[in-house]
Amino acid sequence: MTVKQTATAGTTESSDIMITLKPNDSGIEVELDSNVKKQFGDHINALIKDILQKLSIDNVKVEAVDKGALDCTIKARTIAAAYRLRGESDYEWEAINSWND
Amino acid sequence: MSVNQVKREIPDKYAKQYGVYAGEFTNVKPYEAVKRPIKPITPHDSKMVDSIHDAIVKTGLKDGMTISFHHHFREGDYVMNMVLDEIAKMGIKNISIAPSSIANVHAPLIDHIKNGVVTNITSSGLRDKVGAAISEGIMDNPVVIRSHGGRARAIARGDIHIDVAFIGAPSSDEYGNINGTKGNATCGSLGYAMIDAKYADQVVAVTDTLVPYPNTPISIPQTDVDYVVKVDAIGDPSGIAKGATRFTKNPKELLIAEYAAKVITESSYFKNGFSFQTGSGGAALAVSRFLRKAMIDEDVKASFALGGITNAMVELQKEGLVDKLIDVQDFDHPSAVSMAENPDHYEIDAESYASPLSKGSFINQLDVAILSALEVDTNFNVNVITGSDGVLRGASGGHSDTSAACKMSIVVAPIVRGRIPTIVDDVQTVVTPGESVDVVVTELGVAINPNRPDLIEMFKDMKVPQFTIEELKEKAYAITGTPAKIHYGDKVVALIEYRDGSLIDVVKNV
Amino acid sequence: MERLRRTMMFVPGANPAMLRDAVLYGADSIMFDLEDAVSLKEKDTARILVYSALKTFDYSSVETVVRVNALSAGGKQDIEAMVLGGINVVRLPKTETAQDIVDVDEVITAVEKKYDIPVGTTHMMAAIESAEGVLNAREIAKASSRMIGIALGAEDYVTSQKTKRYPDGAELSFARNYILHSARAAGIAAIDTVYSDVDNEEGLRHETNLIKQLGFDGKSVINPRQIPVINGIYAPSVEEVQKAQEMMAGIREAEAKGSGVIAVNGQMVDKPIVERAQRVLALAKATNMEVD
Repeated sequence: MTVKQTATAGTTESSDIMITLKPNDSGIEVELDSNVKKQFGDHINALIKDILQKLSIDNVKVEAVDKGALDCTIKARTIAAAYRLRGESDYEWEAINSWND
Repeated sequence: MSVNQVKREIPDKYAKQYGVYAGEFTNVKPYEAVKRPIKPITPHDSKMVDSIHDAIVKTGLKDGMTISFHHHFREGDYVMNMVLDEIAKMGIKNISIAPSSIANVHAPLIDHIKNGVVTNITSSGLRDKVGAAISEGIMDNPVVIRSHGGRARAIARGDIHIDVAFIGAPSSDEYGNINGTKGNATCGSLGYAMIDAKYADQVVAVTDTLVPYPNTPISIPQTDVDYVVKVDAIGDPSGIAKGATRFTKNPKELLIAEYAAKVITESSYFKNGFSFQTGSGGAALAVSRFLRKAMIDEDVKASFALGGITNAMVELQKEGLVDKLIDVQDFDHPSAVSMAENPDHYEIDAESYASPLSKGSFINQLDVAILSALEVDTNFNVNVITGSDGVLRGASGGHSDTSAACKMSIVVAPIVRGRIPTIVDDVQTVVTPGESVDVVVTELGVAINPNRPDLIEMFKDMKVPQFTIEELKEKAYAITGTPAKIHYGDKVVALIEYRDGSLIDVVKNV
Repeated sequence: MERLRRTMMFVPGANPAMLRDAVLYGADSIMFDLEDAVSLKEKDTARILVYSALKTFDYSSVETVVRVNALSAGGKQDIEAMVLGGINVVRLPKTETAQDIVDVDEVITAVEKKYDIPVGTTHMMAAIESAEGVLNAREIAKASSRMIGIALGAEDYVTSQKTKRYPDGAELSFARNYILHSARAAGIAAIDTVYSDVDNEEGLRHETNLIKQLGFDGKSVINPRQIPVINGIYAPSVEEVQKAQEMMAGIREAEAKGSGVIAVNGQMVDKPIVERAQRVLALAKATNMEVD
């Protein structure tokens, strides 16, 4: 799926992450602003990319403002932003649930 | 490259100059205290000078000399910026500064470093902007981080030779009798400045409150002071108490405090006449509230509370739960007021507080200390100076002094901060060696240092969850994931002195 | 043995830090809130966030409860996500009739079937927050075999009664007693409303003593600092624990001898006395008292 509009999920409160998805010509490009970038930056980038790929979003620019979010929060915010981008409110819970294994 | 006792690599150049850490008390040996020159004052001389500028001229301050400051005004200090600005304006270069600590408010220091005005620094701490700049590598010479007791030792032994001490004086008379309890910027105890006044070649009192002679009580006497200069303002009273002293309502900090208090009250040290020290952080400060309840319930009174004093301790003393407050620094206005009014609230200098080479410091008589930490590793080593990203941002303070000397040191810290694990495999920087740390308290429970089997036995029935330090680390990493290693550069930006003067670690640029 | 529900702590579903830390504070149950604590435009993000937390954090030491939205306002999606996440209890707010419970029960059953979860795994509780709800409490409590408790939500209730909260709680006495009777008649738990003045420990003590005396299992709490206060009030005295221990020891002894009628310290022991003793010991254990 190629992105035409913009969608955001999450906040900039402590332990949260704000994910903004924007159009991008080719590929998934993550721009991460984080106080733990040195320790976890690569990991967070990979995690966001993985979720977006699973949701078949292939061309998108991600602006992630991280305030020390844990993986489960990063996943949840990325999924929420992706569904908002698609304009869908019914999640494919079965598929999402299978990613935990 | 030498490897010291806590397995940290110290470059040879510095290892030779300072020696390397080899155990808590290995280097405690007799020594000769420094001598200082005296310029006597005759009956008709005046010590008053018109400005900072004139004071600098009178002292003969020139390139390459060392000047000192105290950090009792904390985030409200005007003096260091004022003096350094004037020195820069006068074209003096290559100055070494030896403040007892450096706060956020001292960010203008960065320009003085870049312009070659300041070329050497020793301090207890380095906060956000200054710390980040130094971690980037803006200085040629590494900053020497010293504990409060270590700084006092370094001054007394001559490792730091202070040419001129600029002492912010909340009140002074024209002859240089100084105290911290009167005036506009009242900070209470002047414990860290007292040591500078005692050993520096020349002393300039900088005050905004000139009082009629003689100013009493006398914390720093006229016999230690060469010049007195009056300026408009030396500090911002609101900055003095910044951030330190409000009782936390954060439930996690309260839980940590409750566990820490239980460690104290279930120990054999908790009996009439015990003594304690708490830090100024949220959880450390809240310990005193839980301790208060236990002291009332079990009718136990403390002989003294030591160190940085807050209103919480003043209240305990007013309630008759603590006999004496032994005060090297005050974190808020009520404790400054109390020191002025209560003879059992007693001001001491940094040397008698914590120096490892004095004829016995107060911490040697201390039962229990509560201390904070940025990181603790599975060897119980504590880092209070660098963040988990390797950037200088904390302060050594009295951490290593108190931990080494007291009977039971308790380090309180949340197991994670955001995504940053606090209990780790290896701390970024060792400030306090693991052998000094007895109990680590987190919101999940406590870990007791295996080198204290007596404490393990003492606490075997304690109703607080107990883990090994490795288990706590595993729990932290399970929450955050394993952090990637920080990539440091090759340049040494800070030397971490142990309190005895040997190097316990170095910090490289990042 | 029935589980203790002295404290049920509200955790806003939109707050990652609180989802992580909720388990720390010794609440018997934690209640993730997808309803009033989440703004209308964040229902979607809170739902996936709580789901993700349920899948990640170890909540095994507590009972997990979720306050879902009304079925007409996203409740169905809430239920699908939460049941899939492994929530223990679905709490329906503003319950008015037994039919409300039946409707939610059907949705839960459908989700359990869809995902091969044994039907009945997910429990339910009802919050009663209106006059209509109070008067139907008896039927509500018995409306589904999933029901494990009913709770009073006093803020909306007092407004619907044209009054407000008072320190002595007289305005709640009918609702509390009727809900309690309904719960007990159905054999399920009764949970009292929140005490919203977090800084007033004395007020919380007073109210907790009152509802403990009435017979409530516990209270909903909105701040972790309230938990030790409530647990402290529910903690039995040392004498109560000793008596209960003697009682249980006497019963074991009598059972070993095979004697039919049991007397301990000259008192006939019947079922209610045994149950009381068991509850005292459970409370004692939960408050870290020494129990053999």
